[in-house]
Amino acid sequence: MPDNPSAWLVTTARNRAIDRIRRDRTLAAKLPLLDAPESAVDTVDDATIPDERLELVFTCCHPALSLDAQVALTLRTLGGLSTEQIARAFLVPEPTMAKRLVRPKHKIRDAGIPFRVPPDHLLPDRLAAVLAVVYLIFNEGYGGRGDLAAEAIRLGRALAELMPDEPEVRGLVALMLVNDARRDARFVDGTVILLRDQDRSLWDTEQIADGRAELERALALGGRGPYVLQAAIADLHADQPQDWPQLAALYAELARVTGSPVVELNRAAAIAEAGEVETALALVERLELDHYHYLHATRAELLSRFDRTDDARTAYGRALELVHSDAERRFLERRLAELEG
Amino acid sequence: MKYMLLIHQGSAPTPRSEEWDRLSEDEQKAVYADYKTINETPGVTSGLQMQGPEMATTVRVEDGEALTTDGPFVAVKDALGGYLFFEADDLDAAIELAARVPAARLGGAVEVRPIVEHERS
Repeated sequence: MPDNPSAWLVTTARNRAIDRIRRDRTLAAKLPLLDAPESAVDTVDDATIPDERLELVFTCCHPALSLDAQVALTLRTLGGLSTEQIARAFLVPEPTMAKRLVRPKHKIRDAGIPFRVPPDHLLPDRLAAVLAVVYLIFNEGYGGRGDLAAEAIRLGRALAELMPDEPEVRGLVALMLVNDARRDARFVDGTVILLRDQDRSLWDTEQIADGRAELERALALGGRGPYVLQAAIADLHADQPQDWPQLAALYAELARVTGSPVVELNRAAAIAEAGEVETALALVERLELDHYHYLHATRAELLSRFDRTDDARTAYGRALELVHSDAERRFLERRLAELEG
Repeated sequence: MKYMLLIHQGSAPTPRSEEWDRLSEDEQKAVYADYKTINETPGVTSGLQMQGPEMATTVRVEDGEALTTDGPFVAVKDALGGYLFFEADDLDAAIELAARVPAARLGGAVEVRPIVEHERS
């Protein structure tokens, strides 16, 4: 056995000869992997198929499958969750989830979706798709269902083990660890608590340290991608006091990489915290995010700092029209009430 | 695996149209060159060239009687513009070929459909 079995595994998978007949036979032999038995919780473990989890995850997260299917298949085959557990996690009836799992399995077989680690020229895009699925699972859990967040972290760690040299994988793991460490402080009585108001004694400091160690590995590997940047931001947010100018700079870099106006909104909030409220408000008012309740909530916060109470009230009202989550709604209503008082 | 690639023109310009004339000479040459390269790719069986969808006649049968209408079954803009067959290792190879079809980048799209193979071992 080589010194680094994981790295060896990746290389072996990449270099696998493209012998069509053999490949077809391999694929046919692998299809049962997609049908992990319902009874066992952890069917796809290291002992049974030490060398094929990576191929499996790239197959499950193939862009020719719908995102819903990618998420469900990944949880089913790699996470080893039962159809019923996945159905419950996504609040759909079990037969619906069963259907969601069957169709993509047929497509994998009948449309010739390859069972392999993508070649180098496809790898960055495909890896991004895999990470997006894991992060989506995490965020489903971050909204309150902790089991999914833990599952996403487990998946992320497995990926980091399988692809030890990919900084974005480590960045994602770091991001999830640091955010998840604040879970207990994030909600009180079903209301969202802002970072600055959170009870820090509820933070899992050990997990934050784990996240920081992963982030350092990602940075050492030269990682500067969106997950690494988000992890660095989450990590800085865990510091007290927060380094707002540095945070604003990281958001600027993340906005450049992703082109996302939502990131620009976060940059504006960091600029405001750094003391440049006027610059922040000007930035917020330039953003085209009218449908996004956080834009109006942030704008309301900034306006209230200039004692523009009427404008702030209107902005909170607009945010309340757009908000979906009850926890967020209660938060906004409280801020609005504080404005009146 | 064998795939059929259905090329939908969408808003992609076709030769001799106004939109086509708006492309620079280099862009026009690139379109021809790309189709030539695709047709010469090993595994590709190029489709026969169809006349445009405005030349289409659509036939339905109701109560045993053939009813014909002028034009394609779908809207002209959604109609099939061309097709080809591709014998490839897997879907990734077919997707890569589809992405090189000029119509896909000029406002159209390519649909990749696996062909049913009855004698699979």
